Amino acid sequence: MKETKSYLSKTVEELKPSGIRRFFDLAAGMEGVISLGVGEPDFITPWSVREAAILSLEQGYTSYTANAGLMDLREEIAIYMQKSFGVSYSPQSEIVVTVGASQALDISLRAILDSGDEVIVVEPSFVSYVPLVTLAGGVPVQVQTLKENGFKILPEQLENAITSRTKAIILCSPNNPTGTMLSGDELNAIAKIAERYDLLVLSDEIYAELAYDDEYTSFAAIREMKKRTILISGFSKGFAMTGWRLGFICAPEEISQAMLKIHQYAMMCAPTMAQFAALEALKTGRSDVEDMKKSYKRRRNYFVQSLNELGLTCHMPGGAFYAFPSIESTGLSSEEFAEKLLLEEKVAVVPGNIFGESGEGHVRCSYATSMELLQEAIKRISHFVKQNPKA
Amino acid sequence: MKLTEKQIEVLEILENNSARIPVEDIAKMAQLTVAETETLLDKLVEMKVLVRFNSVIDWSKVDGHEGVTAMIDVKVAPKRGVGFDEVAQRIYRFKEVRSVYLMSGAYDLSVIIEGHSMNEVARFVSEKLSTLDSVLSTTTHFILKKYKHDGTIFEQNEDDKRIVVSP
Ligand SMILES: Cc1ncc(COP(=O)(O)O)c(C=O)c1O
Repeated sequence: MKETKSYLSKTVEELKPSGIRRFFDLAAGMEGVISLGVGEPDFITPWSVREAAILSLEQGYTSYTANAGLMDLREEIAIYMQKSFGVSYSPQSEIVVTVGASQALDISLRAILDSGDEVIVVEPSFVSYVPLVTLAGGVPVQVQTLKENGFKILPEQLENAITSRTKAIILCSPNNPTGTMLSGDELNAIAKIAERYDLLVLSDEIYAELAYDDEYTSFAAIREMKKRTILISGFSKGFAMTGWRLGFICAPEEISQAMLKIHQYAMMCAPTMAQFAALEALKTGRSDVEDMKKSYKRRRNYFVQSLNELGLTCHMPGGAFYAFPSIESTGLSSEEFAEKLLLEEKVAVVPGNIFGESGEGHVRCSYATSMELLQEAIKRISHFVKQNPKA
Repeated sequence: MKLTEKQIEVLEILENNSARIPVEDIAKMAQLTVAETETLLDKLVEMKVLVRFNSVIDWSKVDGHEGVTAMIDVKVAPKRGVGFDEVAQRIYRFKEVRSVYLMSGAYDLSVIIEGHSMNEVARFVSEKLSTLDSVLSTTTHFILKKYKHDGTIFEQNEDDKRIVVSP
């Protein structure tokens, strides 16, 4: 037999392992760590939602559902998207329930990409975009946003990255890792470019529920954009349901049906019990979402102001639950900062370079952690910053 | 009375956080200055909206302080001109009485009593409460175990189950 490794696909072999992994291994063995490294809510799924899933099990709903998901759930998603974001999609033909936004991203890309097609990824970005584009046979083209612009993409930056092979742009607002949210006007400017160059936009709206200061605008709600938009969302963040693995896609019929083809062969359907939970979340969970949102906002206000007072300058993130402070004042690289902070003060944050080169000089801190722990984390970071003045 | 958005914000912060939260931190959470927050807190106290900064204590864990709590359904004859208020006042002035509520339904007042022992509570009910003129009858329910009190779960073993670092 040949060397086992030689059987592996070249694409997979060349895929970089996620930098998150190394930090996870480093932090996992330590006691007494305050983790600001977690990309998920600190709330447990509301009880009414958990209870609905238990009931579905008791009633014996343990078989497959329709490939696109329970019709009741798709209908409820259609109502929700209409009411909350003013976009209307047909539950019969334009909505597919997926295994998390993660699978939604995967099948979206696989449905639209041919080998060599380019996809613009706005950096710093969620760690999965680049590998998923690559796995779908596409070529990721990274565009780096700047701290000076609040990590917002400028139309001319976008335009400069477009070639004859460009097929789509992936947008994420509110953003992981920067928390930056784009305004309606800023999205409009991007829409004009999508129109001019005839591109699709994959809009990752998983954090749409968590917009703190301004009204959230869905990309699909912008004039003439619905037909170019693959809207990706889910229950993980807003409804505190990460472990249920439930998301959905809203897209024009031809695209939805193409994705459904992949979904039907590769996944059959999303987990049934989680679909029942999601149905309950949409029917009765709105007030839970509001309460969680209020709580995140207060913690954001506390945490971001405290970071700024420590000289770790940080723009006020408009959404999600991440602060993305600059660590320039310490003179350390983002990996050095994160590693030293973990070893010396037992606070886990994620180095910014993991989210792309433009994340260097920053760290991602999740403030989805109890107020008591945030207060303690600020104490420890304050101590750390004093111990590590710029050389 | 009508409160401002910031006043409500600060009240919710107090309600959802430890009584020990520093004013500086409340100020940051509500996006106010420390001075503004102090003025606002004083005002809320003055308006008697903010009645007390409380701590929730599980005394049942403390040797010698376990105590007993009883909820007593009280039927009373309301009096002309003062309704239930007069008898309610006669009841809530006793220091053993933790709470008094006027209820709709099968009885009139719900009275919560804390004492050191069942005997002590029983004595209070028979000697003080049921002998009041307007009290027609009482039904006493002793609390056996407190699971959740004022929004706080006492035996909370729902620790953080998240992995330490995730995307
Ligand atoms: C921007 C972004 N998109 C998608 C996901 C994946 O979410 P899901 O749990 O629905 O797969 C995450 C989770 O961290 C995320 O941050």
